[in-house]
Amino acid sequence: MELIKNVPCPFCGTLCDDIICKVENNEIVGTMNACRIGHSKFMHHKDATLYKKPMIRKANGELVEVEIDEAIEKAVEILVNAKRPILYGWSSVSCEADEVGVELAEELKALIDNTATVCHGPSLLAVHDTGYPVCTLGEVKNRADVIIYWACNPMHAHPRHMSRHYFSRGYFRERGRPDRTLIVVDPRESDTAKLADIHLQVEPGKDYELLDAIRAAMKGHKILYENVAGVPRDLIYQAVELLKSAQFGNLFFGMGITQTSAKNRNIDAGICAIEELNEYGGKFTLIPMRGHYNVNGFNHVCTWTTGYPFCVDFATGYPRYNPGETGTNDLLQNKEADAMFVIGADPGAHFPQRALQRMVEIPVIAIEPHRTPTTELADIIIPPAQIGISSEGTAYRMDGVCFTMKKIIDSDLLSDKEILKRMLERVKEIHASESKMESVKEVTSPAK
Amino acid sequence: MIKGTGDMMSKIILTPKEQPQVPLEVDTILPDTLAGKTIDEIKSMNILYGNTEVELQEFFDVEGESGEDPSELQIEFNGDVYNTKRIGQGMTTGEIVVKGNASMYVGAKMKGGKITVEGDVAGWAGQNMQGGEIVVMGNAGDYLGSAYRGDWRGMSGGKITVHGNAGREIAEYMLGGKIHIIGNVKMLPGIHMNGGILIIDGNVISRTGGEMKGGTIIVNGRIGEFLPGFEYLGVRKDIDVDGEVMQGLFYKFRGDFATKGADGVVYTATAKNAHIVP
Amino acid sequence: MEYIIKNGMVYDPLNNIDGEKMDICIRDGKIVESVGESAEVVDASGKIVMAGGVEPHTHIAGPKVNVGRMMRPEDSEKDVEAKSGDRRSGSGFSVPSTFMTGYRYTEMGYTTAMEAAMPPLIARHVHEELVDTPILDKGAYPLLGNNWFVMEYLKNGEVEECAAYIAWLMRATKGYAIKVVNPCGTEAWGWGGNVHGINDPAPKFGITGAEMIKGLVEANEMIGLPHSVHLHCNDLGHPGNYETTLASFDIAKNIKASPKYGERDISLYGTHVQFHSYGGTSWRDFESEAPAIADYLNKNDHIAIDVGQITLDETTTMTADGPMEFDLYTLTGFKWANCDVELETGSGVVPFIYSSKNPVHSTQWAIGMELFLLTKDPGKIMMTTDHPNAGPFTRYPRIIAWLMSSKYRNDLIENELHAWAQKRSSIATIDREYSLYDIAQVTRATAARVLGLSETKGHLGVGADADVAIYSFNPETQDASSDYMTIEAVFRMADHVFKDGEIVVKNGELVKPRIDGRTYWVNCHFNEELEKNVISDVKKKFKQYYTVNFENYEIGDGYMRRSAPIEIK
Ligand code: SF4
Ligand SMILES: [Zn+2]
Repeated sequence: MELIKNVPCPFCGTLCDDIICKVENNEIVGTMNACRIGHSKFMHHKDATLYKKPMIRKANGELVEVEIDEAIEKAVEILVNAKRPILYGWSSVSCEADEVGVELAEELKALIDNTATVCHGPSLLAVHDTGYPVCTLGEVKNRADVIIYWACNPMHAHPRHMSRHYFSRGYFRERGRPDRTLIVVDPRESDTAKLADIHLQVEPGKDYELLDAIRAAMKGHKILYENVAGVPRDLIYQAVELLKSAQFGNLFFGMGITQTSAKNRNIDAGICAIEELNEYGGKFTLIPMRGHYNVNGFNHVCTWTTGYPFCVDFATGYPRYNPGETGTNDLLQNKEADAMFVIGADPGAHFPQRALQRMVEIPVIAIEPHRTPTTELADIIIPPAQIGISSEGTAYRMDGVCFTMKKIIDSDLLSDKEILKRMLERVKEIHASESKMESVKEVTSPAK
Repeated sequence: MIKGTGDMMSKIILTPKEQPQVPLEVDTILPDTLAGKTIDEIKSMNILYGNTEVELQEFFDVEGESGEDPSELQIEFNGDVYNTKRIGQGMTTGEIVVKGNASMYVGAKMKGGKITVEGDVAGWAGQNMQGGEIVVMGNAGDYLGSAYRGDWRGMSGGKITVHGNAGREIAEYMLGGKIHIIGNVKMLPGIHMNGGILIIDGNVISRTGGEMKGGTIIVNGRIGEFLPGFEYLGVRKDIDVDGEVMQGLFYKFRGDFATKGADGVVYTATAKNAHIVP
Repeated sequence: MEYIIKNGMVYDPLNNIDGEKMDICIRDGKIVESVGESAEVVDASGKIVMAGGVEPHTHIAGPKVNVGRMMRPEDSEKDVEAKSGDRRSGSGFSVPSTFMTGYRYTEMGYTTAMEAAMPPLIARHVHEELVDTPILDKGAYPLLGNNWFVMEYLKNGEVEECAAYIAWLMRATKGYAIKVVNPCGTEAWGWGGNVHGINDPAPKFGITGAEMIKGLVEANEMIGLPHSVHLHCNDLGHPGNYETTLASFDIAKNIKASPKYGERDISLYGTHVQFHSYGGTSWRDFESEAPAIADYLNKNDHIAIDVGQITLDETTTMTADGPMEFDLYTLTGFKWANCDVELETGSGVVPFIYSSKNPVHSTQWAIGMELFLLTKDPGKIMMTTDHPNAGPFTRYPRIIAWLMSSKYRNDLIENELHAWAQKRSSIATIDREYSLYDIAQVTRATAARVLGLSETKGHLGVGADADVAIYSFNPETQDASSDYMTIEAVFRMADHVFKDGEIVVKNGELVKPRIDGRTYWVNCHFNEELEKNVISDVKKKFKQYYTVNFENYEIGDGYMRRSAPIEIK
């Protein structure tokens, strides 16, 4: 048995990089340090629903195994002929694959978008309007005396997050937990809320009102109503005093606030609150609790290559951007999309009904190792070697710190990046021969 | 009425053939660009169809007569163009009439002239509008009269009137000009508003004037829920809005003090809004 | 492949060539003595020939640059380029996307560009973007002015240990030079504070900016790095800061430059000094002290600077000077990004509108110009906008035109700028005009020399990399002073550009968008015994205070397409 150390975990946005994998006969037989969900991700190869070969759905609905070349050829044919193709997913693949994906989208004049569209997309919209005052997780561990969890429950969704960054001792917080005050804002009595020093039990969907009151109170204004969003005015004043006297505070926030009611405006108000808290002598930052281990990586790659983090529409040949118009769900629900390519995501499980209806109507190509609700809808399925397990690549943690994901075991399958590269080459060949045909046409047509 | 409306105007009629599922974009089709062109030239002008450029005539029958002077030119979309985007985007003069519904960005970045849509418009009508007039006889979507993503300089001039209802976040980052909604609006009207006037005759669900720093919002209907960051200033009678007197009794609020240096004003008719007074 | 560039007027200050008509021969990516009959001829008669431009200080890759893009779709939307052939699409006026960045520098005749601020912990990100920045040769400077290890070593007087740590860090992050930003101030920003001047200690660490600068310059020369310490002084943008600037420069005065590679003779590099040349006590009595700074440069040889010229545009500011960016945010109220990086550094990003109607901005413009025009030896000064802080690099052609034409400057001063430009600076009294030789100096030669790259960069002598720019301007028949609009146009779009001996711009069109440039980094070997001890100490602290394992910190060679290590032994 071989022990492979310092392995970054390809599951959640915590991206723990201290996993030890036990490998025997090219198989991961156990892990150390990983949490339950991380562990099961590493052990997944034993799962019976893993695809071993590409498959194409026949007219009768049956999936048949095909060679990789045939699957790629078919996939490319669908995408090249589409007028409004979507390339969606990208959050559980490497940045290197994301880069090829952006070029593929550009070549196809397609729309490219990642899972932020259904999780932290509203946070990105808020970033556009108000900014992004963040820090790396080590700053929280070393400095924070006040930590806020707003509408997230790391105890469940990011299991090792709190032990690594909250309970742990830091350079200026030698005792760890006792040196910190915990504020939780959540309508529920979550496991995280149970640990809180102050729990603001906000009414569901009323985060914007609460933030509005907090910000007004911070500036010395009287809060207009006695009770805001289910929280008594005096408790808000008390929390505000605590925030203003912090030496270093950090806000972690999750999907409970990005996807409800005021959506991007919740985050907008939250970001502004954090920014303004820097005016009282202490330091304040925030970190969005990103879900997939590399959802942030795609947003970065997409931004440095196109100027925009997601929802990028190449229809005109140059990148255009307006979530609400150029999002995957917008295109599906408006029935604009006429083909969809999915990689590193499972829209079949997470998209609203109207979007799924359109997915049923149009050809869907899935690059996906397992059987998922998405592959149930797919016409072509190509299983890749999994990054962080059987292929290498870069991933960005929720705070922007990046890691080289390891290859632990070998696989016969192509990596995401290799599959995409082959597709890109094929698309370029087709486009080149098309433009050649056109120039031949021009030459042979009678002079004007 | 703008200059030239009436008999003097030359007119181009674009009658839509079937609207495709993949949207069209027609920001190239403006009085500014059609003036001085022959019908044949106009027919072969390019528009965007999904990710390909096609000629206008592929999706529209083109009739009428253009003129030399764009301010004397009217373009009529003679039918429902619910899947056609960017009608009148960037126009500076002349007139566009849509005899049905229109898709997104009607009159975005518009500087002058007039657009009338007899049906509904989708989101972002009047985005970053600087001047001119948009009239929507039906309903308007989200982000009417708003700013492009990330821009803190929204609609700065001109007038938008919507006879039906409007969506979320209208008048976002508005700086100047006037928006009048005769129906109801969804949440967050006047979000981050910095100037200008927003009049809503119907009801607002919630968060009127969220994070506003300046400008004036008047809600004649009912505000479902109001924000705690405002200050209540009492009842006012017959208010003066940009030189026009609006009759009746209004509660006056100032805010949103969530933002620094806030000086926005919200008036709401007293009749239906006693519940939001502290 | 062989080329001969015929009959151009060559400006090559490193070889003392000032407008001589001569041929440049190219073979296998290098400038050579002669080429064969079959060499392809590029006719440059009536045109200017210079070495490829060398950018010593720009922000084009990495976390804060990308957050600048991410935060500003409104900046991206207003400047877009469609895909065309092999040329990738892109967007961004003040912070162009990576491909567009590579193309636009290349179109201006630049072939080397240095990313001036790399957080060591996030070095991978910087390199990933550099790989996607085509054509240009590049490198990145790790930020060390607020690094906890450095602060502790230097506080304890352990300069050698500090040097050993830095030697390891350069290899670990594939870094090129020591960057110092607001030393101790960014650490203070970890608590929401700042330091004032060079003698105000960092909270809890107790070391001052002056001690950090001195220790780092000593360590730099102990290792023998090709470039000097690259310093962004304390007090950026504060009225009255010129005293801090001069005091900082003076720290390195008696430390001798000892590079083990290259021909650098300075021991300190001051960056974007325009932002550090302010007099007065507030924005009310704010005035230029550029003459004092220029005077210092004229009297001292241990220092060279880049300017950070204001271009009067709407742009995006970004720097590791976290507290400065927060101040700027409270001033503008637009929006603000920040990223503090554990144990190492911080950063901030804020949009900014420089307006010719604004008294302060007009004076800032004048201060930059004064630095250029009052510094006698262009071998001590370099043209930058601290892109995109004082303006986007795509404005370099305009700055060149300003420098070459007092008429262009005076038109601006008299007709557009606020009266403060004249009242609070001496700019209106200066009629010096740069020659093309001076331009070649401040856009290539000086930078190549102070970076330690002048063996192969910044000149056209035999043995140099065949990075060459040809501009369609005929100094024999055209006068830059009166025809400044032409100067601006020809420097925006070079007639021809060679990169490593290949034609990448041909007749004003970028023809080879897919070429990869080198990544320069320093493969340091200092005191290996000492380094071992230092690293075992570093490892212990890693476990306790970082959130990344030591083993995952070092980045591999995979993050460079053309690794170009400079060996320092
Ligand atoms: S917390 Fe997340 S990253 Fe860490 S081991 Fe668990 S699943 Fe993996
Ligand atoms: Zn800089």
